[in-house]
Amino acid sequence: MSDDEGRQATMSTAMVEAIATEMRDNDEVFYMGEDVADYGGIFDSTDGLLEEFGHDRIMDVPISETAYIGAAVGAAQAGMRPIAELMFVDFFGVCMDQLYNQMAKNTYMSGANVNVPMVLTTAVGGTYSDAAQHSQTLYGTFAHLPGMKVVVPSTAYDAKGLMHNAIRDDDPVVYMFHKRLMGIGWMPAPDGPKTAVPEEPYTIPFGQADIKREGADVTVVTLGLHVHRALEAAAKLADDGIDVEVIDLRTLVPLDEATILESVQKTGRLVVVDEDYRSFGLTGEVISRVVEAEPDALEAVERLAIPDVPLPYARPLENRVIPDSDDIEDAIRKTQP
Amino acid sequence: MGTVTTTQLRSMYEDMVTARYYEERLQEEYMEGKTPGFDISAGPIPGELHLAAGHEAAAAGVCAHLTDEDTVTAPHRPHHIAIAKGVDLKRMTAEIFGRETGLSAGKGGHMHLFDPDVNFACSGIIAQGCPPAVGAALAAMKRNESSVAVAYLGEGAISQGAFLESLNLASLHDLPVIFVVEDNDWAISMPKGRISVPQDGSKRAAGFDMPGVRIDHDDATAVYEAAAEAVGRARDGNGPTLMSVQVHRRMGHFMGDPETYRPEADQQRHQERDSIERLAADLEAAGVDEDERETIREDAHARVDDAIEWAKDQPEPEPDAALEDVFSNPPSGVTDEDPTPEFAGNGGADR
Ligand SMILES: Cc1ncc(C[n+]2csc(CCOP(=O)(O)OP(=O)(O)O)c2C)c(N)n1
Ligand SMILES: [Mg+2]
Repeated sequence: MSDDEGRQATMSTAMVEAIATEMRDNDEVFYMGEDVADYGGIFDSTDGLLEEFGHDRIMDVPISETAYIGAAVGAAQAGMRPIAELMFVDFFGVCMDQLYNQMAKNTYMSGANVNVPMVLTTAVGGTYSDAAQHSQTLYGTFAHLPGMKVVVPSTAYDAKGLMHNAIRDDDPVVYMFHKRLMGIGWMPAPDGPKTAVPEEPYTIPFGQADIKREGADVTVVTLGLHVHRALEAAAKLADDGIDVEVIDLRTLVPLDEATILESVQKTGRLVVVDEDYRSFGLTGEVISRVVEAEPDALEAVERLAIPDVPLPYARPLENRVIPDSDDIEDAIRKTQP
Repeated sequence: MGTVTTTQLRSMYEDMVTARYYEERLQEEYMEGKTPGFDISAGPIPGELHLAAGHEAAAAGVCAHLTDEDTVTAPHRPHHIAIAKGVDLKRMTAEIFGRETGLSAGKGGHMHLFDPDVNFACSGIIAQGCPPAVGAALAAMKRNESSVAVAYLGEGAISQGAFLESLNLASLHDLPVIFVVEDNDWAISMPKGRISVPQDGSKRAAGFDMPGVRIDHDDATAVYEAAAEAVGRARDGNGPTLMSVQVHRRMGHFMGDPETYRPEADQQRHQERDSIERLAADLEAAGVDEDERETIREDAHARVDDAIEWAKDQPEPEPDAALEDVFSNPPSGVTDEDPTPEFAGNGGADR
């Protein structure tokens, strides 16, 4: 947990600070992506890095995701620590082979003789009418395919510690940052992602969920933007005497099953909230982990996710399919006796 | 072939002034509620907005040769192409405003315009309109139809696999498809010299044994003439062509783009070269004087203003409509009828 004291930073500032520190400490770290140099990343993911590190290490690349992301795989296998940015996760389709057949599998296929110490950064999420090809999270897709560690920060404090850990990790890490949380001027963030962030480097180990709010009556398991929406719902429900625990997964691979189980044993009620598609995904996975481990722990369970449709453009349509804090509130109420 | 008539000049002018005014008006509408602080979720037009002021010649000069039966695929910057192709302006505008009577009932938005009546479609993923255009050409060939397909892309897209693979497939089967690169020098903040060799996209053609032409200024008449040859070649069954047209980016990549990466002098240069004025000079020479041109402009502006007014009056979609249209058939997949084969089945020999 972050302390409330000290310097406040946006999620993008915190993420960039970790990248800059690692780049200063290690010449093998470099960043490739579209519009990451002079623009500083469309979502501020590399803001200010060009000035310090120059075009050799903050590399603008052709709109050829297969080539440059595949090149990151090769450079990583040669011992460097590249960071490659996929501007929107929705573009994974044009480079998926390099991601899931090469990056994710080379370690296993080589009997772990080869490793791939790279980070794939990518922007995820909706809420601003960017429609079907620019609004997905695809959390479940990346977490489903074995061989990638999957990180989803929800606060500046977490973003920094998780980024340090991602760059130092010897395996491929997919670092998914939610656009709405970055603190970009033109896409105002909700309250919450901007937190106190220590100036010095620190790591947050993967596989440790964070209890963002403790509560006794119901467990909400979520990630990314929906951590903040769940906290909002929890604050409202507190007035009605419903005490909500909010668990921020922070990493999907590895998944912190222990924290979820412990919470559910306490509350007996579970709501899983996701911004990815409903079927064959995160909500079903979390629920089945609980049911497998503790078949009798649950008195009530609900899930919220995108109802298996692509993300629509018009505001009333998009609002209909992305869970908001009212939806979360309703779902929580349904679990109460 | 090639020599442009006054009627054709006039019709290109009409498309181009319509498109230019459309973008200027949309810019105004889009910026409503977004000043002084730009919040992408504020104002009457949702989402991102990529406007094409300065690209008009590439749309008008090529689409002048097309009929409704011909297919066009456009990228993330599609309005000028849609206008030149004859997409229903009112329903397109309603779609951009996210309304129920929009082309896609508000599901698609400005980067995903579909108008099957004139065989127009878009994709917001770079170069991904190329393979479907090849497919439309393949269908025309297999069914012995004389229609052609045109895929538009930016110069930033010329190093994308979908484009290069499409060139090969099209050339291999001599398919009736034309690839049109709109070269505005920039891919968001990346100048073409930073991301492509060679910088001239039309040179990609040589590696696939197909003709490649470069029109190095956005002169609608020159585009028209080059396109006459390319479309003619495709209709005659003589295979694909790759065209690269120099255009100008008179606005930011998307609305709200601060363009801090772009030198002042470059912005200036893109403002000075105006394809519409160039075409006006051609019209003048052909005897269409300023009075007549002003009438064309006024009509075009009125049409745009009407479309925007109409669109803003349209209802927003019902929230639950979001759950419809994932499939055209019910999810059971049970269909009543066998599809009737329509094509001749001789591999295009009668085309
Ligand atoms: C596969 C893919 N990668 C990246 C993007 C993000 N993107 C949208 S437009 C654009 C630049 C396109 O430049 P260009 O093709 O020259 O077209 P222009 O915008 O200049 O018209 C980029 C990188 C995308 N939409 N799809
Ligand atoms: Mg361009």
